[in-house]
Amino acid sequence: MKKKVLTVDDSRTIRNMLLVTLNNAGFETIQAEDGVEGLEVLEDANPDVIVTDINMPRLDGFGFIEGVRRNEKYRAVPILVLTTESDQEKKNRARQAGATGWIVKPFDPAKLIDAIERVTA
Amino acid sequence: MDMNEIKEIFFQECEEQLAELESGLLKLNDGDRDPETVNAVFRAVHSIKGGAGAFGLDDLVSFAHVFETTLDCVRSGKLEPGQDVLKVMLKSADVLADLVSASRDGGSVDESRTRGLVKELEALANGELPSASGHEAPKPAAKAASAAPQEETPKPTDESGFQPIPFSFDGFDDEEPVFEGSIYEVTFKPRRELYSKGNEAALLLRDLSRIGEMSIACDMDELPALDKMDPEASYFSWKISLKTNKGEDDIRTVFEFAEWDCDLEVKLAEEASTDEELPMIPVPFDLSILDDASAAEEEDKAVEPSAVEETAAAAVSAAKVATGIVKAADAAARVAEKKDAASSAAAAAQNNAAAAAAAAGQTIRVDLDRVDRLINLVGELVINQAMLSQSVIENDTNGTSSINMGLEELQQLTREIQDSVMAIRAQPVKPVFQRMSRIVREVADMVGKQIRLVTEGENTEVDKTVIDKLAEPLTHMIRNAVDHGIETPEKREAAGKNPEGTVKLSAKHRSGRILIELQDDGAGINRERVRQKAIDNDLIAADANLSDDEIDNLIFMPGFSTADKISDISGRGVGMDVVKRSIQALGGRISISSRPGHGSTFTMSLPLTLAVLDGMVVTVAGQTLVVPLTAIVETLQPEASAIHSFGANQRLISIRNSFCPLVDVGRILNFRAIQANPVDGVALLVESEGGGQRALMVDAIQGQRQVVIKSLEANYTHVPGIAAATILGDGRVALILDVDAVVAASRGQSLKPEMALKPEMSLAATG
Repeated sequence: MKKKVLTVDDSRTIRNMLLVTLNNAGFETIQAEDGVEGLEVLEDANPDVIVTDINMPRLDGFGFIEGVRRNEKYRAVPILVLTTESDQEKKNRARQAGATGWIVKPFDPAKLIDAIERVTA
Repeated sequence: MDMNEIKEIFFQECEEQLAELESGLLKLNDGDRDPETVNAVFRAVHSIKGGAGAFGLDDLVSFAHVFETTLDCVRSGKLEPGQDVLKVMLKSADVLADLVSASRDGGSVDESRTRGLVKELEALANGELPSASGHEAPKPAAKAASAAPQEETPKPTDESGFQPIPFSFDGFDDEEPVFEGSIYEVTFKPRRELYSKGNEAALLLRDLSRIGEMSIACDMDELPALDKMDPEASYFSWKISLKTNKGEDDIRTVFEFAEWDCDLEVKLAEEASTDEELPMIPVPFDLSILDDASAAEEEDKAVEPSAVEETAAAAVSAAKVATGIVKAADAAARVAEKKDAASSAAAAAQNNAAAAAAAAGQTIRVDLDRVDRLINLVGELVINQAMLSQSVIENDTNGTSSINMGLEELQQLTREIQDSVMAIRAQPVKPVFQRMSRIVREVADMVGKQIRLVTEGENTEVDKTVIDKLAEPLTHMIRNAVDHGIETPEKREAAGKNPEGTVKLSAKHRSGRILIELQDDGAGINRERVRQKAIDNDLIAADANLSDDEIDNLIFMPGFSTADKISDISGRGVGMDVVKRSIQALGGRISISSRPGHGSTFTMSLPLTLAVLDGMVVTVAGQTLVVPLTAIVETLQPEASAIHSFGANQRLISIRNSFCPLVDVGRILNFRAIQANPVDGVALLVESEGGGQRALMVDAIQGQRQVVIKSLEANYTHVPGIAAATILGDGRVALILDVDAVVAASRGQSLKPEMALKPEMSLAATG
């Protein structure tokens, strides 16, 4: 069965790149534009893994991750953070919020797929 | 979708982000300190950087990075966004916009400007406020201090300040002995948090197994009795012996995501001390639990051939227990799910409400061609509907009212469809207004003035074509306002004004048109100088008696602007005739009012769309023509006594004690060979480019109506004197008069009796 990935990113460019990359790699992709929408679609999306940006309007990545982790059903779903930040502080905050791992942007497709495979069975 | 399409999307998005960036910065400039404004500004730059990185647009990335770093200081409260700071930021936004267009169109950017701003931004990020001159270069030493808690800048020569992630595998590969069979001992003890963040020990072990040959031992000593077991606690730890030709860093990379949440020890195994200190039960590492497939093929991974069968079995069952835990958790989740199902109806209702709310702000992107096609089709529909109505009315001898009622409804519907379709093309004027703020900044900088641009009504919508064509005349006018309208700070202070001048740009809807006003609080028009200039240039007679308004409007006259020194005095006039012509080409009008010492206001009134036009339908020599209503000042029935002959075949009409040239449209368009008697027709007083008035003679007025504009160029060829065509309700084609061209032709008439457009015109008249 195809694995389902929920991507959350406010940039249309990145959303499209994720979509193309993930679809080409045989994933089913659901997309949201910010943390609020991400939490809204979470229930129906039922993702195997979540890829989220940090800087987003309405609800940022940290808040989104915390929201997912508070959800009884999804508190153990792997969450990868897409981030251009290379500094440790951002990674730590993401980790504290409950992120599983991260992908440093600009991601190349191989890196993205590799990271997803690392956290999913 | 391929990368090029995504790149196209990226550039579209950049435009949006740049607009967002600029409006955010302007808000900050106005004293807005809402953290969300700062965030939005930061995000805009951040998004551009993110996308640019994906496409390898390095110049863009490195500048955006520096910009972002400085914005981050504002975001975290380290840098107060005062006027000086924002000045740098606004300039940086301009450079960023330049870099974006350079990336898209392959142009070049002013590199010294970019470098200068990078330095200024870095200085800001390092807590140095911009010096008064704003150009003092920051000391190189300051660079090392940037972005404090990071590792040492790996490339101090990189003047952009962009810091790559200090993470390298290479060094280790070189140092490690590369003989295959380096044996590492890895001790891995996950903590509870590792699992709660979605990591999974089995997956990490699987990844580890991919970099070499490994044997693994699981320590299950801490596993309590089942009744005391916390299903989410971490009880197991593993000791792995890994034979690999990779380095320690590669091993650590496997645990990259998990290293905070586990105890991890990686060391080179000392040959001697292998087996002795392994009190744990060796576990055949069975990955099959990951995919539910048979365990058989994993048999070869059983590493300790000497292990007793029973121990192995025990280990397997331990693994099963682990799987059981996962299953239990799953089951728990399912129960929770069922509980949820009860309230799911309510939740669904809520979802719908939320979706509806979200839909309010939703947009789709549509190819402009499709919209234009739709608009054309609706135009046809309107024409068709009108034709149908007309023929029904003509044939309706019995007065069948039901048909009439149906037709009326149809007419109403068509109008509504037309309006809605037009609304699709309508866009807020915001992007154009935003571009203007950059022009104000740049010109003000150039001429050393302090000017604030205030915009109002930037969400007023108007047809996209109008917006596109508005940018140029508006730019021109803004330049004029900044360069000539607003005085220097010294002069302003001397006049008791705020040294900072204000230029206000506003848009609003008024009676089916859009009204754009450009107001400055400068010195106003110096009427004496303008008048003198006009006299010097033979535009008006030396003794002409002009009202203040008339003098002000002289600046729109062609020939006025060709005068040399006007820009040195407080008046305006550089190319205002060009501005007026472009506004009129859009079916608009422009006027100026000015109060000496208080500034000037330009008012432009433009149609909301270029697809339809309000026109006066007239008859000329048996032909039906449409004259744009915007050009007509008034209509009048000439009396014989008001007509005066002038020269060989020129005539003037006297209107309220002033003379106005009379132009026979039929003669100009070559519909007839001799001039018609003006008394038999109607005169349309029109204002054409340059502000001159002419009385256009037509035979009769049929009425006023909105017509759908059909391009003549696209369907036939350009015809001088004719702007476009339309189809009337009775199905006849009517030509739309190009008033300016007709007036221009009338001027040339006395000089060249044989009009240049004669042969073509006869074509148009017959065709």
